[in-house]
Amino acid sequence: MSKLRYRPINLGRWLVWGITALVMIVLPLIFTSGFTLTIMSQIGVGIIFALSYNMLLGQGGMLSFGHAVYSGLGAYFTVHALNLISKGTFYFPVTLAPIIGGVAGAFFGVIFGYVTTKKSGTTFAMISLGIGEMVFACSLMFSDFFGGEAGIATNRVMGSNVLGITYGPAIQVYYLIIGWALVCMAAMYAWTQTPLGRMANAVRDNPERAEFVGYDTHMVRFLTLVLSGFFAGIAGGLSSINYEIVTAENLGALASGSVLIATFVGGAGYFFGPIIGIIVFFVMVTAVGGITQAWLFYLGLLFLIMVLYAPGGFASLILMHVPVIKARLMRRLWLPYAAAAITGVVLLAGLVSVVEMTYHYSAEADTNPGMALFGLAFNVTSYTPWAVAAGLLVGGFIVSRFAWKAVGKAWGEIILGLQERRA
Amino acid sequence: MEFFLISMLNSLSYGLLLFMLSSGLTIIFSMMGVLNFAHASFYMIGAYFAYQISVWLGFWPALVIAPLLVAAVGMAVERYGLRTVHKYGHVAELLFTFGLAYLIEEAVHLVWGRSSVPYVVPPSLDGAAFTLYSTDYPIYRVFMMAVSVSMLIGIYLTLTRSRIGLVIQAALTHPQSVETLGHNVPRVFMLVFGGGSALAGLAGVIGGNAFITEPGMAAAVGPIVFVVVVVGGMGSLVGAFLASLLLGVLQTFSVALDYSFADLFAKFGYTVDPDTPLAVLWNLTISQTGPVLPYLLMVLMLIFRPKGIMGSREG
Amino acid sequence: MSTAIELKAVTKNFGNTEIIRGVDLAIPRGERHAVIGPNGAGKSTLFNLISGRYPLSGGDILLNGESVSGLKPFEINRRGLSRSFQITNIFQRMSVFENVRCAVLWSLGYKYSFWHRLGGLKDANLRAEEVMESIGLKARRDTSAGVLSYAEQRALEIGITIAGGAEVILLDEPTAGMSRTETADAVELIRKVSQGKTLIMVEHDMGVVFDLADKISVLVYGEVIASDKPQNIRGNKAVQEAYLGTEAH
Repeated sequence: MSKLRYRPINLGRWLVWGITALVMIVLPLIFTSGFTLTIMSQIGVGIIFALSYNMLLGQGGMLSFGHAVYSGLGAYFTVHALNLISKGTFYFPVTLAPIIGGVAGAFFGVIFGYVTTKKSGTTFAMISLGIGEMVFACSLMFSDFFGGEAGIATNRVMGSNVLGITYGPAIQVYYLIIGWALVCMAAMYAWTQTPLGRMANAVRDNPERAEFVGYDTHMVRFLTLVLSGFFAGIAGGLSSINYEIVTAENLGALASGSVLIATFVGGAGYFFGPIIGIIVFFVMVTAVGGITQAWLFYLGLLFLIMVLYAPGGFASLILMHVPVIKARLMRRLWLPYAAAAITGVVLLAGLVSVVEMTYHYSAEADTNPGMALFGLAFNVTSYTPWAVAAGLLVGGFIVSRFAWKAVGKAWGEIILGLQERRA
Repeated sequence: MEFFLISMLNSLSYGLLLFMLSSGLTIIFSMMGVLNFAHASFYMIGAYFAYQISVWLGFWPALVIAPLLVAAVGMAVERYGLRTVHKYGHVAELLFTFGLAYLIEEAVHLVWGRSSVPYVVPPSLDGAAFTLYSTDYPIYRVFMMAVSVSMLIGIYLTLTRSRIGLVIQAALTHPQSVETLGHNVPRVFMLVFGGGSALAGLAGVIGGNAFITEPGMAAAVGPIVFVVVVVGGMGSLVGAFLASLLLGVLQTFSVALDYSFADLFAKFGYTVDPDTPLAVLWNLTISQTGPVLPYLLMVLMLIFRPKGIMGSREG
Repeated sequence: MSTAIELKAVTKNFGNTEIIRGVDLAIPRGERHAVIGPNGAGKSTLFNLISGRYPLSGGDILLNGESVSGLKPFEINRRGLSRSFQITNIFQRMSVFENVRCAVLWSLGYKYSFWHRLGGLKDANLRAEEVMESIGLKARRDTSAGVLSYAEQRALEIGITIAGGAEVILLDEPTAGMSRTETADAVELIRKVSQGKTLIMVEHDMGVVFDLADKISVLVYGEVIASDKPQNIRGNKAVQEAYLGTEAH
């Protein structure tokens, strides 16, 4: 079981890239509402950001708590550049403006990276957090550049237009983002196939040995961080074009934490993992966030469960089934999976009830004790709904354990079977 | 002089509070190799528990019960969470505690809401302890220092007199040696984690009403505690103590000082006007730079003395 | 013959404990030199000093006539010295091929390149295939290094060490923990890959030592008590008392 390997699937590679590009291009033709377009634009930017983050976490083994520094500063520089362009101070095509963000990101990667990448592991994590906090604190100090609480606004629509592209309509911005996302994805994938990319893996796995084959681990980490900052800066630049505003939040701890969560949940060990992660993240934000205020709680819980039980993220959960499907053994898993799903629903219902009722109770028990959940209306101050919710939670937990044991047993047999076939 | 003395006292009480937080973090880090990202979250739930208990039973029971509850939470976290991810290494443990910090903050939102709670100093400790020149110095600040110092003595005695204390000391100087001591390592880890959490919880109990009890308090103090640990030297208790006091002074004084480079230049007869190069920088007052100073100190420390004040290892 | 590596009054202490107590040694180019001695004599420490893993406490080490003391491991490696480890130290999660290729990249001048495509680096890939051939792991090319057998991992350890084409090779107990037949294979492998190079090895298996070494140094309590041809070492009284004698039981 080699969890962290980037073996290119040569035959299917063009197919995979082709389909990805096609899907991205065609999607807005199918989902035409402004709302989905907004979300898809965010996902496009998020993919670049998360992939750049994974150059550190997945490929370089550096856990950063301050990656938004590079995207955020990239965004600020792009915004100021856009404002100067529209004033006519200098000419630069808006289409290429994210490059400005990229250069800014790389520049700050050089400045901060040299200190932070001396060590990896826990020390790196701590220092990246400190740098993040420092830049955020600075943003409130220099309001001329950072615009204080309000941030800096811009207008992406310039006077001139080339071939009818003004970036006025959201759809044009979407295609701008998609274009950049595809280019950046290809570039970052290509990077994993270069000497530096491979040595980043080597330094992640065994820094000591890397030193004894001639590589300065500090330099490998430093260059990786600078390149990662470059792509993060591009993502920042795109987001500033998309929103036409940048605030200090763009470089804050929450933004840094979000990209970490998305990347990890998707699967840091695989190139495409962060892409899955970003999609899951935005589904949580829009779908779950639209229904309940507690969506961050559920996101945090999902993250914790992944850390505890599936550290390879969704990508590894998907990939572990490939050999099983090839060996036509999936039928052995359906039954335990069904059991796990049903019991899981019970557990989830209990959990959601407790969380939502707690939230409702603390927020408005005195003024508005009535609430509805799963189509049932009840009074949050009475005992019965609490008893039911607690029963679902505890009962679901107990039956889930049985179901997961069955899943584990089925998997054990399958792995044994696969090993025998190989031998 | 008056300003200086009062600020010094405030620095001391704040620094001691920081030490209560950083000592737990340092001990946990040295023994288990785990940098507990959620340490400040235990500080926060300490304050919230104390608030809730003081509503029901009063402040004095809260002072005892809340830290114990936090210790129980900490031990459960170690037993059912950290121990599971231990096999994936320290980065996985760090990720786990990061997720936990996230979850605790959201849980606090759920239970106590998004704004601050009215956790206040009890009436018996409200008022002036003594008057310095013209300023009344609050009893509560004195109380905070008393609790911190007695805790300090408590830690010292535990480390030097008890069996588990000797194990911890051995671990502080030789992290690898813990395994070979033949003690029940998982149990020691659980107790240490619980103890460290209790210290953070106690800091929350006495700090929550001195400052403010709100969901953002963990995110505000957490990075500062990390700075303390880096500046003091990873794994050094003495270093953490000195760094806590240093940061206490730095933060307390910087908030109150309204001097800028422009004022300094003015003394030499040079005025900074908006057209002066870097005018923004020269016009910044020390109080405005306050939030950046701890991190600046950390970065400078990493460049010029990566081991920290008292550290023996470079992370 | 010029001197490949020279140790001048090298000392090393950890705290108050002196591990290496003034070692002088000059190894000419092309020699196969074995360092033997009882456990705790400081053999591995000596390797760690030569390869730059630990800083020296005193003395100097010259590689091809130039001092390398105070240099980082990667700087020493770039000057043509490569080492293996007693406890297998490979890139566990990478394939055998990737392991070896990582070890050839620097010596072929690719450094920190992020503008070359690995797949297109003919010289690096060819060299990696050659090395895999010579260490007998060609059939395991795409296997993850972590799942190789112990003997295969030891072979890969040697492969990574020699891949960069270093002139001076340090092998730390290359046959430790191997069966008799595995050891015989390992001896042949070492003989083959050290052809025309300077080899220094720490080894416990006296069969291997007398088979391979042109010259043997005996290290006891951080001091070289004898440094001579194998047949003379065998007859050396002091060595027998200090070391070979105890090996007999």
